[in-house]
Amino acid sequence: MILARVVGSLVATRKDSRLEGKKLLILKPISPDGKDEAGYVISVDTVGAGYRERVIAVAGSSARMAEGCKDLPIDSAIVGIVDDIRLD
Amino acid sequence: MYLGRVAGCVWATAKDPNLAGLRLLVIQPLTPAGKDTGKRVLCTDCTGAGAGETVYWTRGKEASFPFLPVEVPTDMTVVGIVDSVEIPQAAETVTETPGTATPAGAAGLETAPTAPAPKIQAKTPPRGRKC
Repeated sequence: MILARVVGSLVATRKDSRLEGKKLLILKPISPDGKDEAGYVISVDTVGAGYRERVIAVAGSSARMAEGCKDLPIDSAIVGIVDDIRLD
Repeated sequence: MYLGRVAGCVWATAKDPNLAGLRLLVIQPLTPAGKDTGKRVLCTDCTGAGAGETVYWTRGKEASFPFLPVEVPTDMTVVGIVDSVEIPQAAETVTETPGTATPAGAAGLETAPTAPAPKIQAKTPPRGRKC
């Protein structure tokens, strides 16, 4: 799983029918101390995350195990909203 | 599977129901010699590893297997706590090719400081406190 920050949303009309009704967000991966990391990820939101929130995103086939994502053609899903990160 | 060190933990209230009750650890990947390498990642935990401990973790769909029959949406899980790491001299000479070794040993195994050293023991820190 990766830490990421929500930096935008994405709208698509023509898409796989199984993706209808799914919220797509654009994520910027971040390090645990809040610094931006390379690249962007488009992810299906399953927890109701909002703009600028820090989230936990799962990648690969495990994304299909997120709630309501069974058999969806996705490889990234948001599975948690971060309250706090504590580094030792 | 990969070596890592527990570098912190993450709290999340709003999360997938199948993640409820699981600990989320920040893991710093390590070389076999115990040096930090690569970006820190976020893992679920099935071992009860504590802060500062050396662990090994797995990636991909297999990361959810320890929690079966519950289908936990995770792609990285700490599956073991490392007691010790042993690197025989022969393996080091195989992996280290002349001219390609990085100064900090970041990309591979660390070169042994002295030739007679038979092996490197990566010390496991004492059992840390639980996050």
